[in-house]
Amino acid sequence: MSQAFRNGDGGRIDRGKRVGFTFDGQTYEGYAGDTLASALLANGVRLVGRSFKYHRPRGIVGSGAEEPNALIQLGVGAHTEPNTRATQIALFEGLIAESQNAWPGVGFDVGAINNLVSKVIPSGFYYKTFMWPAAAWMFYEKFIRSAAGLGKAPTEPDPETYEKRSVWCDVLVVGGGPAGLAAARAAGASGARVILADEGSEFGGSLLSSRDRIEGREGADWAGDVIDDLAGMAEVRVLARTTVASYHDHNYLVAVERLNDHLPLGERQGPRQRLWKIRARQVVLATGAIERPLVFAENDRPGVMLAGAVRTYVNRYGARPGNRAVVFTNNDSAYRAAVDASDGGIAVAAIVDCRPNPEGALIRLARERGIEIVSGSVISGVRGAKQVSEVEVAALNEAGDDVVGARRSFDCDLVMMSGGWNPTVHLYSQSGGKLAWNAELATFVPATAAQKSREAGAVNGSFSLADALAEGTRAGAAAARDAGFEVEGEEVPACEAAPGDGVLALMPLWDAPSGRKGAKRFLDFQNDVTASDVALAHRENYSSVEHFKRYTTTGMGTDQGKTSNVNGLAIMAGLRGVDVPEVGHTTFRPFYTAVTVGALAGINSGPELLDPVRKTPMHNWHETHGARFEDVGQWKRPYCYLRPGETVKQAVDREVLAARTSVAILDASTLGKIDIQGPDALELINRVYTNNFATLKVGQCRYGLMLKDDGMVFDDGVTARIGENRYLMSTTTGGAPNVLNWLEEWLQCEWRDLQAYCTSVTTHWAAIAIAGPNSRRLLAELTPVDLSNDAFPFMSWQDGEIAGIPGRIFRISFSGETGFEVQVPASYALALWRALMTAGEKYSITPYGTEAMHVLRAEKGFIIAGQDTDGTTTPFDLGMGWIVSKKKGDFLGKRGLERPDTLRDDRKQLVGLLTEDPNEVIPEGAHISPSPHSAKPVPMEGWVTSSYYSPNCGRSIAMALLRRGNERIGETVALPLEDKVVRAKITKPVFFDEEGERLRG
Amino acid sequence: MLLIECPHCGPREQTEFTCGGEGHIVRPDPDTATDAEWGHYLFMRKNPKGLHFERWFHAHGCRQWFHAARSTVTHEIFAIYGIDEPPPAIDPSKAGSQ
Amino acid sequence: MAKMKYSIFSLLRQARDYHRGWPKAWRSPDPKPSYDVIIIGGGGHGLATAYYLAKEHGITNVAVLEKGWLGGGNTGRNTTIVRSNYLWDESAHLYEHSLKLFEGLSQDLNYNIMFSQRGVINLAHNEHDLKELTRRGHACRLNGIDYEMISAEQIKQIAPIINISKNIRYPVLGGSIQRRAGNARHDAVAWGYARRADEYGIDIIQNCEVTGIDIENGRVTGVQTTRGPIKARKVGAVPAGHASVVGRMAGLTLPVESHPLQAMVSEPIKPVLDTVIMSNTVHVYISQSDKGELVLGAGIDPYLSYAQRGSLDVIEHQLEALCDLYPIVKRLRIMRTWGGIVDTCPDASPIISKTPIEGLYMNCGWGTGGFKATPGSGWVFAHTIAQDRPHRLNEAFDLKRFESGFLIDEHGAAAVAH
Repeated sequence: MSQAFRNGDGGRIDRGKRVGFTFDGQTYEGYAGDTLASALLANGVRLVGRSFKYHRPRGIVGSGAEEPNALIQLGVGAHTEPNTRATQIALFEGLIAESQNAWPGVGFDVGAINNLVSKVIPSGFYYKTFMWPAAAWMFYEKFIRSAAGLGKAPTEPDPETYEKRSVWCDVLVVGGGPAGLAAARAAGASGARVILADEGSEFGGSLLSSRDRIEGREGADWAGDVIDDLAGMAEVRVLARTTVASYHDHNYLVAVERLNDHLPLGERQGPRQRLWKIRARQVVLATGAIERPLVFAENDRPGVMLAGAVRTYVNRYGARPGNRAVVFTNNDSAYRAAVDASDGGIAVAAIVDCRPNPEGALIRLARERGIEIVSGSVISGVRGAKQVSEVEVAALNEAGDDVVGARRSFDCDLVMMSGGWNPTVHLYSQSGGKLAWNAELATFVPATAAQKSREAGAVNGSFSLADALAEGTRAGAAAARDAGFEVEGEEVPACEAAPGDGVLALMPLWDAPSGRKGAKRFLDFQNDVTASDVALAHRENYSSVEHFKRYTTTGMGTDQGKTSNVNGLAIMAGLRGVDVPEVGHTTFRPFYTAVTVGALAGINSGPELLDPVRKTPMHNWHETHGARFEDVGQWKRPYCYLRPGETVKQAVDREVLAARTSVAILDASTLGKIDIQGPDALELINRVYTNNFATLKVGQCRYGLMLKDDGMVFDDGVTARIGENRYLMSTTTGGAPNVLNWLEEWLQCEWRDLQAYCTSVTTHWAAIAIAGPNSRRLLAELTPVDLSNDAFPFMSWQDGEIAGIPGRIFRISFSGETGFEVQVPASYALALWRALMTAGEKYSITPYGTEAMHVLRAEKGFIIAGQDTDGTTTPFDLGMGWIVSKKKGDFLGKRGLERPDTLRDDRKQLVGLLTEDPNEVIPEGAHISPSPHSAKPVPMEGWVTSSYYSPNCGRSIAMALLRRGNERIGETVALPLEDKVVRAKITKPVFFDEEGERLRG
Repeated sequence: MLLIECPHCGPREQTEFTCGGEGHIVRPDPDTATDAEWGHYLFMRKNPKGLHFERWFHAHGCRQWFHAARSTVTHEIFAIYGIDEPPPAIDPSKAGSQ
Repeated sequence: MAKMKYSIFSLLRQARDYHRGWPKAWRSPDPKPSYDVIIIGGGGHGLATAYYLAKEHGITNVAVLEKGWLGGGNTGRNTTIVRSNYLWDESAHLYEHSLKLFEGLSQDLNYNIMFSQRGVINLAHNEHDLKELTRRGHACRLNGIDYEMISAEQIKQIAPIINISKNIRYPVLGGSIQRRAGNARHDAVAWGYARRADEYGIDIIQNCEVTGIDIENGRVTGVQTTRGPIKARKVGAVPAGHASVVGRMAGLTLPVESHPLQAMVSEPIKPVLDTVIMSNTVHVYISQSDKGELVLGAGIDPYLSYAQRGSLDVIEHQLEALCDLYPIVKRLRIMRTWGGIVDTCPDASPIISKTPIEGLYMNCGWGTGGFKATPGSGWVFAHTIAQDRPHRLNEAFDLKRFESGFLIDEHGAAAVAH
């Protein structure tokens, strides 16, 4: 069977280019220009999938984004992609497609057993059962979950790439049908920067499916000419295969361009998809309309299709979805489809029209073709399990709520249905635009736009070609004008369409009666929601629009209700006895059609690009010398330097000992540095630190603690006075940006009278800490600066050359050891590091990492903001009351410290802990309990903030925040761990060189 | 994503800015403020549904703070004004205020 | 009004008659002129409050006033995570109480809320994360809350789609798991409470917006609504994102700010993930629903908003990190994104409190984590209203803490989104 349902001519496919593909393992052929759906139909394939819940056989319903049934697992291996709509897959050589949600196959599917018990499992059944015995849900859920989902996720990483582009334009035109093309041309002619995007591979929209003529040409040819015109306009960008998927605040729209998806794997180059982030001054939405199915008995059989879709397959693809059709409609538009189908070689057995007396130009056209019109009637049943074989037709009673009289049968293999058209208002609604119910069209149409946008054509409910062209032209011109461009003339292209074009003369038929109890009338094909489910929801009072949607799952499938929503609302309105607008509608949310995760992520993932990686100038040296790095904010810092065969603990111990016995160096470049200048720099510093800086002389440094205005510790660091009105403030590594922003906020917003200016110099200066008894000797070899204690006392700094590099030397120490910190311009830092390593060889100089730094500072009881504090910690809690000035005036956090809770004497206070067993290192985060063996919840009175093995003390040490800790020095406390209770003695949080002789030595 | 007109740099994407929250909060005199007043200053916020006068910081741009009058319902920005300027008169009903 | 009991038997019986005999899950009554208690807000917390007022305190002359449809706020917009692994005793006890109520809730309500205890994993991506999780773990263990630290390899065993390679920007260094934690069906929680509250005779009144709170001599006397004035001896407000709006009606300024919080689902796929994984550092929260969608929580938007929509960049950042952690998701598609309005407190802990106005009670500030607290919040709030004093479990969540400074800083445990 080779394309038995393909017409010999007509359509926009290239019969010269055969394209081979497989579906469910079978090989087929189509033509270039086909979609997978049109090629399958041309080959007579009707059954393409199974529904979600009942696993009922399903065929293709639509021809575009609205398709609820034909969901395909596309491609294999790493390229596989679930849930793709066959109606939107461009056919390419070697395409491999599989049906989904069926086992072992779509023809015989075990899951169809659900259909047999469907009577017991209506909407929401799961809320009413699976509750016995208690906690049994986990058991039942296993089975429910195993049936979940449609397609399969790939099991391998995606081999393709994605990219993003951010652009702005004067006018964005969404949709390349007649209205959109007219709009783009009118706007483009003004010289405005225009972007025209359409989801299809070819521009023209509805013109591609019709036989209408514009400006004396076939509509599709006219579309091609307009695209050529636009290509000649320098400021116009035309994007095919590009779906505008969402409309956000301030005219920000996001579009996905499919660059490669239509190509055979071997021909794909560059990124697969590109995400366009478009900021538009003006938007024209020409997004068209989507046909509505009719709800009638057994309307889900394969072969029941939207009338307009059949017209598209015949006219655009030369493919016949069947050979003998029955049309079922409540409006005129289906007659047009019937006429085109008839002209395209499909025998139209009858048009079943629920309207009692359909009249008009289109009806006459159908009659001219000898098509029987069965008016005032409905289809009351469809037969054919895997393909339609026969329909049953019955007359409506006068009230229109039941069928009467004898049934007639028609043999057919195709049913073309039309329940009217819904404007594609998704983007409009996402933009915040309000919708209004149009009773004549029986649908929602745009009413009041919320952003700088206009609508043109079918999205407005203007279904005739002439209106589309006129509205498009006007909207494009007006948009350009509002974007500041002059528009000369607004010529609307002349067109010739079929008589009766755009006329619907619709009679609402929301739920066609069948006269049979229990006949399934489907509303949402993908999720298997029937009209009876709506009635059940109503009966149980889930009758507000959102309850109904959620209870029945209407519109919650991959099609997001494009074909089901309005039908559902209208059926609910009927049950409630109110008008549809009173029921309202659910919110249209992004995205219009689903967007690939990779496209939304773009290139910004992976080890380098997820978040910037910040490296110090010495990074490569660290890397080649065994550094194990840790992430500190965005920075990579050496945690320790592993020698061959060493464990991490051995390395850390070695580094810690080296700093206390000879000399060790640390790359401290990541610490934040802020250069503060201006006549009021001192005043600024005094207001943000708790202690007094007024006495700090040029050449001196001072440690400072910074609080938020609630009194809680925020950051800390050493500030050096560089000049009369110049200071260099250092911050923690992670806190650097926050501190700078904090200073800026106070300076700019609150203390506008202060003349002080802050600049981040974190990466301008690299810093190396030199610690240990030999640090002075080592440094002296490299600098002419007199480093003696008298000439260069603790907490002072000097300019000087080090290893020939101009820099600054600070006599500060976070290790508690005799030490210096040297800062040089970043580009010299590696040279300095190397010079220190070379000169230090004789002292067995040892580079040390952050963990050794932590141990060294803990031995001294120096805190780390963020580790020994947690946002509820005050300086007094840390035993650092000495740093809170009583004399100076106000500073940030001062008043916060005087609140009732911060003044309590039973707060948690920082103490030291020495375990009874000196080798026992308490895990950090362990909690202290006054009654460790009591039943749970075990009372807690504090927790361990820092805990290490200290090789210098020869034992473990820990710091903890403990309730009333200050007054409990000497007591023993208990720490209940998972497997045992550890006991420890409370001490002051200083474990080494309490007097600070080394520091100052 | 909002489009914010920085008074110094022109219209820029919101991702360049840091939102500083409610503007025009007056820090009470710490020497005389009661605990309740201090708590109010630290934590209590108008959080209006509708017109909001707020601070923004062009963190990835000119690094200047400024004020914006914005609707928290529609996100429309009605005015951008200096950090030292009082809030402009704007009809709150335009911002969907409640 | 006795309801038909839900069970497999009633389901089978009803099937015989094409399900035409099911009664209403709840009535749609008109408001009476007065009630003993009015609850403002028909979300999960408000409905639970009403239910426990009736069940635990025998107070049934109660109305729940909902401005839209019940369960329509954050109850219907979250990522349905239920857990109790909080740091501070105050929070841990409250959330644990809530989790325990969840464990028997389907039976209690005779409504399957599908509480699925498939475990919640928190990932650590750096040393600081590990320390935070460890600290929280010790606290949970002593509080009697199940919590285990697990290695990256163990996580990989539970969730094979996770990438534990060291060669990503923020590798998985390990994590913690609370096995009793999991997901519940969010709508069902609201509907189940509504149905049972209604059974007690409580009036659930939808499309009834409160426009004013009547106060005489410092005491609440009733409310003004779009359906007329209604008198009440006590009023409990549970307005979630609209806390400030309702607070202002009573002259209260609250320490909450309303922000957009977004979430999204992928198209449904066959099962690939049978647990919940949260990563605070890179703001990725993932689980898979019983329909097959991957449910993804994103971070909070930085600006105030009542619009129930946020910015795309928040979603982009989340998905960037998602691709690193779960490489197979890259070819899947995001089907739908949405936003809720979260009322955030400065300490990431809620307010469940009496107010300076007699007879007026506030329950708000749940930020990003209210869903998991639904039963517990309703339970303690009902107690607070009925007894006019907080229960031991919510004493600390008093409004006054913002004056005294006794904040319950849960930023670490609360995460950004749940």
